[in-house]
Amino acid sequence: MKPVAFDYCRPPDVEAAIAALRGAGGAGKLIAGGQSLGPMLNLRLARPALLIDISGLPELREIRDLGAHWRIGAGVTHAELEDGGTPLGAHGMVPEVARQIAYRAIRNRGTVGGSLAHADPAADWPLALAACNAVLAVHGPRGSREIAAAELMITAFTTVLEDDEIIVAIDLPKPRPASRWGYFKLCRKVGEFPVASAAVVRDGEASRVFLGALADRPRPLPGLARRIAQEAAPIDGAALLQAVAEAAPEIDDIDRRIYAACLARALDQAMRP
Amino acid sequence: MTGEVERHDGIGASVLRKEDDRFLRGRGCYVGDIAMPGLREVAFVRSPVAHAAIRAIHKPAGAEAAVFTRQDLAGVRSVQANLKLPGFKPSDYPPLAEGKVRFVGEAVALCVAATRAQAEDLAERVVLDLDELPAVVDALAERAAPSALLHEKWQDNLFLKTEFDKGIAAVAANAPVTVTREYRLARQVMNPLEGKAVLAHWDDRVDQLVVHTSTQVPHMIRTAVAEHLGIEQRRVRVITPDVGGGFGYKCVLQPEELCIAWLALTFKKPFRWIEDRREHLISGANCREHHYRVTAYADRQGKLLGLDAEITVDAGAYSIWPFTACLEATMAGRHLPGPYVVPAYRARTFSVATNKPPIVPYRGVARTGISFAMELTIDAVARAVGREPWQVRRENLVPESAMPYTSVAGNLYDSGNYQKSLDLAVGDIDVPAVRARQARAATSNRLIGVGFANYIEMTAHGTALFAAAGYPFTPGFEQAAVRFTPDGGLEVRVGVHSHGQGMETSLAQIAHEELGVPIADIAVVHGDTALTPFSTGTYASRSITMAGGAVVQACRRLKERLTVIAAHLLQCAPAEVTLRGGVFYGTSGDIPVREVAITWYMYPQRLPAGIDGGGLEVTAGFKPKVDSGQYSYGTHAAVVEVDIDLGTVTILDYVIAEDCGRRVNPMIVAGQTLGGAAQGIGTAMLEEMPFDANGQPLASTLADYMLPSATDVPPIRMHHIETPSPNTEYGIKGVGEGGAIPPPAAIFNAVNDALRPLGAELTETPLSPRRILQALAAAQARRTDTVPA
Repeated sequence: MKPVAFDYCRPPDVEAAIAALRGAGGAGKLIAGGQSLGPMLNLRLARPALLIDISGLPELREIRDLGAHWRIGAGVTHAELEDGGTPLGAHGMVPEVARQIAYRAIRNRGTVGGSLAHADPAADWPLALAACNAVLAVHGPRGSREIAAAELMITAFTTVLEDDEIIVAIDLPKPRPASRWGYFKLCRKVGEFPVASAAVVRDGEASRVFLGALADRPRPLPGLARRIAQEAAPIDGAALLQAVAEAAPEIDDIDRRIYAACLARALDQAMRP
Repeated sequence: MTGEVERHDGIGASVLRKEDDRFLRGRGCYVGDIAMPGLREVAFVRSPVAHAAIRAIHKPAGAEAAVFTRQDLAGVRSVQANLKLPGFKPSDYPPLAEGKVRFVGEAVALCVAATRAQAEDLAERVVLDLDELPAVVDALAERAAPSALLHEKWQDNLFLKTEFDKGIAAVAANAPVTVTREYRLARQVMNPLEGKAVLAHWDDRVDQLVVHTSTQVPHMIRTAVAEHLGIEQRRVRVITPDVGGGFGYKCVLQPEELCIAWLALTFKKPFRWIEDRREHLISGANCREHHYRVTAYADRQGKLLGLDAEITVDAGAYSIWPFTACLEATMAGRHLPGPYVVPAYRARTFSVATNKPPIVPYRGVARTGISFAMELTIDAVARAVGREPWQVRRENLVPESAMPYTSVAGNLYDSGNYQKSLDLAVGDIDVPAVRARQARAATSNRLIGVGFANYIEMTAHGTALFAAAGYPFTPGFEQAAVRFTPDGGLEVRVGVHSHGQGMETSLAQIAHEELGVPIADIAVVHGDTALTPFSTGTYASRSITMAGGAVVQACRRLKERLTVIAAHLLQCAPAEVTLRGGVFYGTSGDIPVREVAITWYMYPQRLPAGIDGGGLEVTAGFKPKVDSGQYSYGTHAAVVEVDIDLGTVTILDYVIAEDCGRRVNPMIVAGQTLGGAAQGIGTAMLEEMPFDANGQPLASTLADYMLPSATDVPPIRMHHIETPSPNTEYGIKGVGEGGAIPPPAAIFNAVNDALRPLGAELTETPLSPRRILQALAAAQARRTDTVPA
């Protein structure tokens, strides 16, 4: 379990990192916390010719209040989001999701941008930030663009990012005071990737419901989101099973029960006054 | 000797572990820590498929000299580990695959380079030309009809089948209650913190091959390496430095040990291989996989009348040295009745060869499986007769008055009060309170259940047992070499190995108890065949009983010799001298043991005439009066909450009552018991190496293979009983394995107790949400089916 030989560089800023990615012609790989990439290197599943270390870039480490939303640098660690002490303390969901990621040792190093770019279907951020309607700020040699968090992943470990693009920040909309959220994941044990996960944001017409830890990307459940927006009658178990079946028709009956149960817990949390 | 408060550091004292000083400061020294000039690192090419004929192995162009296959290992014998039981089929386990590969992860070639990464680069370039064969994966199906033969000279895929029958037919015909169940335990991976590791080099000065290896059995590895490489045992020295856990994984000869030793012997240079976690998870998925079909016959009160069992063990591809492919199945057959009175008993056992890693005895060995099968069966009987399981359990236990007791299968239980441990657990878990809590939760989606499991732990089984089955080795007398140093300190040299058991402390406590030398002045030396007496090593919960007993013998002879000198110095007769707290008292004076020892070494002119010239260095041996095993035992009790929506289980309460005879160090006993229980909880809740139909292991990282961690182990309350063994020094029995035996049984019984109103029953480890929800769905379907139209 030793990586193949690779070159390593530590660019001084994002522009230099993009240049390094471009120079590597698709054989470069960014590394920040390295909590997923490290094992993949050791297992030789990732075999980059050049490792570009962006963990030291100060421009990726800031959290700024931009009025309607917060801008979270992509290099901010899970632990920093968990611990508060940032403007995000007012956001209930993101610090709580951060707290539930893996183990503290991983949270100390792993970054929000790294987790998104890695695009593990069972990871927390692709699901939670999709539910929060977050938008990713991406830089590349052709300039900057925005990608909705919900649109980032194509499938497992595959995103819409080009080889030479970098997620530099996550724009997180500020929740309205009346909004509520729920997040639930079923893990075999504390710190493990979940068997199933669900995220719910109840915020009037902007309500969103997603399932995570499926085979590919987080799946939206727009019908359920509409019912929540309408504050309709309590949603029963059969309706949840039906919603899961529609969102994830490929899973079997037992998994449908598991996802529906996770969804029920997340909904239960989000529907509290 | 005035005003000193005598500190008790002897037997029964919870002395802090001496070895923890270096471990806690990160100063342990493992094979991976050894630095040696010119050291070359090795990576293995391993089979990517479960079963195939090898057409060719292509070495990378330009690097042929750094890559070795079976053909290159000239003079290395393949391993044969045979039992002398009728019907046992021998097979060869080559150090590198020969002709065929028989499991995913089997070593096929080895690659040598300056660093491990470079060795892995080489390994990637080795091309295996394999002709894939059907994979033999399902032991139960193979038992009935073999699909493909693993070993070509055989007619089927059975290493061995055995049958024992004592009166089952008569009981079966007339029993008022009959209960039949099937049980399955998943294949597991032991996962010691440190995997296997071996470094070998050649020492010209002493004409020796020196093998540093992470093993529990250094002397046995010396024997095995010498025999398989074809050199004299005097030319092999095995050094076992700090070892990060064994659990049985390291009590056998590993093919990699032979390969690395061969390299050093052949090239007279140092070579090392360190198993990484991926290799461990794939090629080390080698334990626990048992299947049981059990029928219990009982009266209407649940009193057992007979037990009929078919026991199928998935033994993997090869027979491992020296415990063979059949230790698990034969032990399961002999011990299934456990602590219970079973008047009639039939056991048919099948050790089935499959395309999986060879089975190795894991902490608890077969008993984790048999406890699971037996204890779940007891609960099933209790449900069938409509009684509290703990009551039915209690009435079937061997009573204290029957001790020593010979079981239906002929095992001699030396001592113990099995009801007492159950009573302690029942009392502490507070069954009435749990039943009340259960009733309150009955209409919720979180159901409560309580479960119990008893176990017996055969420890330090010796000559009689191993000789009867004809294993490749037979443990006899265990020896300890104890000697005073010229400054009055003590060295205790033992051939067993301590890799978590705390024996650097507990054996020192025994020597302290005998001679009164302060613990701080006693060094326990182990882990080097050049420094220690021969021993079959550390396995089967034997070391504290066997090596501890040997330390007692050696210290007593030393005491006799010291007494003669002390009497002379105190100017009285030896019979007038007594030893207390490290001081000899005579008729008119006293002298510390230390001074007596110094006299022998430094002032021989003061010694009496005619003294034993053997001096203060004694090797002495010990064997229990009855060496078929000393039986520790106990009861585990668990209260669980089952979330029937998510299929999850939370352990709410857990109680252990255990008896391992006289405890040398109660803190170490508690630690061993807790550590074992954590592994047992892993067996119950999390651990599973699934294989697909092609024999591919599906959990090749720790993200997929779940191990229990701190958050998965509940606070555990413990009770101890001390029933001394009549056969050992100080009444000591072993304790290393007991904690790992009953947790799956106790937890499953609790889960099944919780799910009883829904008619669901779990009988396969581990308790995954999927298994639980499947059981609930099946029960629901049954209920729907039986609704009258």
